[in-house]
Amino acid sequence: MAVWYSLLLVLGMSLFVYLGAGLLGLQAIFGIVIPYAAILVFLIGFTMRVLGWAKSPVPFRIPTTAGQQKSLDWIKPSKIDSPYTTWGVVGRMAMEVLLFRSLFRNTKAEITEGKLAYGSNKWLWLGGILFHYTFLTIVIRHLRFFTEPVPYFVQVLDNIDGMLQIGSPVIYQTDVILVAALLFLLIRRLVSPQLRYLSLPADYFPLFLILGIALSGIMMRYFAIFKVDLMSVKVLAMGLATFNPTVPEGIGVMFYIHLFFFSMLLAYFPFSKLMHLGGVFLSPTRNLPNDSRMVRHVNPWNAPVKVHTYEHYEDDFREKMIEADLPVEKQA
Amino acid sequence: MSQAPKPEELLRVSHIPPKKDWMDPRVDLIPGTWGYPGKASSLETLGLPNPREWNPTDEDWKLPPNWKEIIHEGLKERLEKYRSLKVFLDICVRCGACADKCHFFIGSGDPKNMPVLRAELLRSIYRKDFTAVGRMLGTFAGGRELTEDVIKEWFYYFHQCTECRRCSLYCPYGIDTAEITIVVRELLNLIGVNIDWILGAAANCYRTGNHLGLEPHTFKGNIDFLVDDIEEYVGVRLNPTFNRKGAEVLFIAPSGDVFADPGIFTYMGYLMLFEHIGLDYTISTYASEGGNFGLFTSQETMKRLNSKMYAEAKRLGVKWILGGECGHMWRVLHQYMDTMNGPADFLEVPKSPLTGTVFDNAKSTKMIHIVEFMADLIHHGKLKLNPKRNDYLRTTWHDSCNVSRGMGMFEEPRYVLKSVCNNFFEMPENTIREQTFCCGGGTGLNAGEFEYLRMMGGMPRAFAVKHVQEKHGVNLLVNVCALDRAILPPLMDYWAPEVAVSGLTELVANALVMEGEHDRPTDLRGEDIPGLEGDE
Ligand code: SF4
Ligand code: SF4
Repeated sequence: MAVWYSLLLVLGMSLFVYLGAGLLGLQAIFGIVIPYAAILVFLIGFTMRVLGWAKSPVPFRIPTTAGQQKSLDWIKPSKIDSPYTTWGVVGRMAMEVLLFRSLFRNTKAEITEGKLAYGSNKWLWLGGILFHYTFLTIVIRHLRFFTEPVPYFVQVLDNIDGMLQIGSPVIYQTDVILVAALLFLLIRRLVSPQLRYLSLPADYFPLFLILGIALSGIMMRYFAIFKVDLMSVKVLAMGLATFNPTVPEGIGVMFYIHLFFFSMLLAYFPFSKLMHLGGVFLSPTRNLPNDSRMVRHVNPWNAPVKVHTYEHYEDDFREKMIEADLPVEKQA
Repeated sequence: MSQAPKPEELLRVSHIPPKKDWMDPRVDLIPGTWGYPGKASSLETLGLPNPREWNPTDEDWKLPPNWKEIIHEGLKERLEKYRSLKVFLDICVRCGACADKCHFFIGSGDPKNMPVLRAELLRSIYRKDFTAVGRMLGTFAGGRELTEDVIKEWFYYFHQCTECRRCSLYCPYGIDTAEITIVVRELLNLIGVNIDWILGAAANCYRTGNHLGLEPHTFKGNIDFLVDDIEEYVGVRLNPTFNRKGAEVLFIAPSGDVFADPGIFTYMGYLMLFEHIGLDYTISTYASEGGNFGLFTSQETMKRLNSKMYAEAKRLGVKWILGGECGHMWRVLHQYMDTMNGPADFLEVPKSPLTGTVFDNAKSTKMIHIVEFMADLIHHGKLKLNPKRNDYLRTTWHDSCNVSRGMGMFEEPRYVLKSVCNNFFEMPENTIREQTFCCGGGTGLNAGEFEYLRMMGGMPRAFAVKHVQEKHGVNLLVNVCALDRAILPPLMDYWAPEVAVSGLTELVANALVMEGEHDRPTDLRGEDIPGLEGDE
């Protein structure tokens, strides 16, 4: 069910744009108002979420240690997996954020012929990393619409991405990989019984939405009937970027669908699991050093508690202690 | 093995989820997989809310009339107190990387034992009550109504998690389902929903200082028995002191080692080791428990129980504290103690009186692990060892969850073990070190009535042992945790018969050449050591 709801929602959204921007001619709404609103929601929402997390303290230092602690001089500590310095933590976080280190550990448990085996299982890691990096590249590549002159690194990226020189216009490798990775993530969710069991609409929706963004973009670029006038797109994009928005005539409706999907992604972001982008940096099991016995960690809400003191204890058991030759503070 | 079916049957576990939607909270309480409720008297000792007689199989759990409000407020308060909780509830992408990492899921196939879904049991309530989208869209956004059935579901599934943190290792964002479990157990305690094996132990610790409820004279008496055993098997009479002021070191071990087989052999090992090196130490009857059942109850209870250690160290005027072989005890000592009950500015940075090594890794907490201490002694050649005495053993090493993923102690115990035993074989790579599997019964699931669950949850650990048993003839599973020593023997009987279980210090002591010892044809268990006749 969840998957159909999400798909329908995304299809419905494109129909909505087709009606609005295509038939009713509300290009100003779809080209200016909605994108601006979406960016605003994204920026404010994202910041609020991160501030909301940051407001709650980290009472205890609870890194998940994945390597040898620093103890005796002659035992080699694991600087990254069980970091005990700030640089170690930075290294660990960089590995997590840039290389998906923890996901790389993934294994698959299987019981076969009365044996339990753990196969290495890096597909999720691969699909995840390809998806994230191609998406990032594509976003950066899009800067060429928002800048004049186009910065050198964007041009270089553009050239590298089209390096294979296949087709006309040149096919970007990232487009192909992105779609493949998205399909992998989607199919994986549907094929694995456990994953399908636990998946919510909120898991399928972003996949379909991003797939929608990618496919609408690809259609515009490679299929003649959906072709849009790139010069006009650039005028619109520059207008948005310089806070001087205009809506040039004659941009095809596919562009508005593309833009609307992306706007929706931005607006949806802060309210969804996509916030893992911000959250991963604040995860106390990863971003703290394993040095709790070296340096005291302070808990801001640490309050006194009622304890059973030694004095009470001795009062409770004094006779028995004396009889057993245990030293006491007060004689009976 | 009353409640658990035969191993062959258990092996036929299916991991295919049932038809029923997970959002339906109703649970079947399968015998052998849930615990008896906390006794009213234990709750009263600890001053915890809603003491009463009740039974999980009853329809009515006698919750306080405003239980919903209590849970809601309790969750709100904890969201403000713990960033971990807030972040972990918000950012899970349900990628499922953690799913088959949990021993309870592998062993039971119950989808609600996938860490991600275990966390969703709370997350769905949180969404509905605390997020705008969840409030508006309800089920569509993954929100669920908080009902009594949800409480019952929580009771069941959050007592099927041993807070082992294996899931957190594999999660791309480090989401630690143990943190969720800790919080839900706290919430349940607010309305008096808990299990006896935890609450009884916590109450005992509070009153007598140890989870067995041994009063001071009995505690001492038990150790005196061990002293007698040492005299019989080794021929040396030891005189440990209790509550002695002015000793250099306060020694605290999990109290299970004082009482239960095979932990007692480890305790004999501690005593012999200290005698061998002439350590100036004392044992406290007040702080006579290293383990901390508060960790499984609430942050506050954990702090109350833990406070005894520093208080006693201060009263006795020792220089530093040495801790015995225990798992969750060390999670608390390593990651919580100093924060909760420190600073320990009345103590000195631990320094080995024999080697002069200063333990800078504990320069703030001032408490070190006996394995760190022993590794240093052996490295400096301060122990007279005859590892041949352990030649009849073929050992493997079980990394206990807490010292693995909550501390990172991997090399020290291996170094010690290899120094005292010539036959050592590692279990398969994906089941050791940081990837180690839980014994299946931590965090208070060691009660008899949890037996079936433990056999399921312990399956991955047991299979790895079985692997080295078949391949290398391993006959001893060595570990550094008191709960392991209690939980692993029946697990081995069930899955890998003929593999015994021991603590590390037991093996060290068996290899120790004590001054004035007589001929030692037996080990510390009083059993003949094969092949030793004619040696030495
Ligand atoms: S691995 Fe982490 S993000 Fe993935 S489902 Fe498990 S808890 Fe969620
Ligand atoms: S902490 Fe351990 S027992 Fe609990 S959900 Fe994670 S893997 Fe399972």
